[in-house]
Amino acid sequence: MNIKLTIGQFYPGDSVIHALDARVKLAGTFFFIVSLFYADNFYGYLAAFILLSAVIVLSGVPPRLLLRGIRSILFIIVFAAVFNIFFNPGETVLLEWQFIRISYEGAITAARMVIRLALLITASSVMTLTTSPIQLTDALEYLLKPLKKIKVPTHEIAMMMTIALRFIPTLLEETDKIIKAQTARGADFVTGSIMKRAKNLIPLLVPLFVSAFRRADELAVAMDARCYRGDTGRTKMKVMKLRGRDAAAIIILAAYSVLLWLTKMA
Amino acid sequence: MILAAENLTHIYQRGTVFEKKALDGITMSVPKGAFAGVIGHTGSGKSTLIQHFNALLEPTSGKVWLDGEDLFAADKKKRKRLREKVGLVFQYPEHQLFETTVQKDIAFGPQNMGLSSDEVSRRVAEALEWVGLPKEAAQLSPFELSGGQKRRAAIAGVLAMKPEVLILDEPTAGLDPRGKNEILGQIKKMHESAGNTVILVSHGMDDVARLADIIFVMNNGRIEFSGSPAEVFREADKLAKIGLAVPQVYLLLRELIKRGADLPQNIFTAEAAAQAIKKLYEH
Ligand SMILES: Nc1ncnc2c1ncn2[C@@H]1O[C@H](COP(=O)(O)OP(=O)(O)OP(=O)(O)O)[C@@H](O)[C@H]1O
Ligand SMILES: [Mg+2]
Repeated sequence: MNIKLTIGQFYPGDSVIHALDARVKLAGTFFFIVSLFYADNFYGYLAAFILLSAVIVLSGVPPRLLLRGIRSILFIIVFAAVFNIFFNPGETVLLEWQFIRISYEGAITAARMVIRLALLITASSVMTLTTSPIQLTDALEYLLKPLKKIKVPTHEIAMMMTIALRFIPTLLEETDKIIKAQTARGADFVTGSIMKRAKNLIPLLVPLFVSAFRRADELAVAMDARCYRGDTGRTKMKVMKLRGRDAAAIIILAAYSVLLWLTKMA
Repeated sequence: MILAAENLTHIYQRGTVFEKKALDGITMSVPKGAFAGVIGHTGSGKSTLIQHFNALLEPTSGKVWLDGEDLFAADKKKRKRLREKVGLVFQYPEHQLFETTVQKDIAFGPQNMGLSSDEVSRRVAEALEWVGLPKEAAQLSPFELSGGQKRRAAIAGVLAMKPEVLILDEPTAGLDPRGKNEILGQIKKMHESAGNTVILVSHGMDDVARLADIIFVMNNGRIEFSGSPAEVFREADKLAKIGLAVPQVYLLLRELIKRGADLPQNIFTAEAAAQAIKKLYEH
């Protein structure tokens, strides 16, 4: 019954990785993910694996949490692997038995797929685990800035994300509370036919929407009262500043990409 | 004993960094027909505790006995039946209103109990009267009511189920003194006439002292001590140490007794104290 309140999945800590500038982390992760699709041989993946492992060790995030990320897409990984192994019409046949036919090319593609997906998910997990949602939206706003030139409301998008992130736990808590309160009045949210269950949701949804609108209203008034008027002339309380460690991170990433390029040349 | 907890422990978000032990080995029992008070400062675990009495939260370890039955050993069906015996008014219950009219909203609980429509409307009318809402309010939308009226309507929704054990989590938080006294007075009156068991959770020491015949003092997820109001308030210093105040009247009497006045100490209402002091002068 109790809803898990861990949203985003920020794992507070004081490691070097936590302290990195969120923009560097966000752009770096994006770069790393792209690199996974650029690499195509064993040594390239090995380089990616070593880099990622080093980051994980430095971050102090328990591997258990990272495995959880992989577990959540385990189905997709298995599906992609199976699909590639059995249905790839490769030349070099490794095994043939009745209608099952496994080719060398198929096995290689499947392995590549699994490695890529696993590294991709782990990399993005490390980033979200070590960066608070607020820092993340701030970084996103900064990185999307160029889009403002073509009239994309980047500040508004970032503000909406910040507000949404701020209120998700509140709304979940509220949902939990209303479910409990109505259960105490004999409401039943878990049994019955689909139609009946949908109807049974009314005692939950009405109060939830009422409170969401009330909160939105209150927040709008509060922002107005403090003269919020979009991002014109707005300064940040926490100005993001690149430091030595950020430069180091960028240099390491550059070295990594050179290495990757070399493995492809060899 | 209608309700008892045995070594009850509850840990929120177990296995995460946010792990929080909200209850830590609670053992307590509430006699049938008692008016029990639960006091404790913010975050001491009061709300967590009472949600176990209605099987809304499962204990991490320990047991809850309801009317002689182990609440968490019971199967689903039985648990639902047991749950009907316990009415729970949450903190800020007005946030659970959802129907188009007050009447329908109050009827929600009784209907879920499977009562006949005659019985349901009788109970709705009764509950409206208990909480002091005018008859006309029944046809209004609950969202048209004032904050205090909403509170009353929400409380009525639980009272209409006539639970054997009525649990109220800070039912008067944020109400004006008059509304507060009215609601508490009605609950006391109902308790006296129906003989049900009431558990009142409150910050307001004065209310609990005045109404309850047994008090449980919570601190940091434990029952610090419990007993009759007189027994509990004797520990005024201990109470102060865990951030709780002793009722004003009690302090006044204690001061007077210290200075030689011949007064009883177990008085918790201003009226009774006034009476006693008056009597002192008449002699
Ligand atoms: N859903 C939850 N997840 C995690 N921790 C929680 C949750 N609900 C309560 N807690 C924590 O458990 C502890 C006890 O909370 P509880 O709500 O029982 O306190 P309370 O005595 O009712 O306080 P108050 O007087 O403010 O209502 C608090 O420290 C609170 O932060
Ligand atoms: Mg509480």
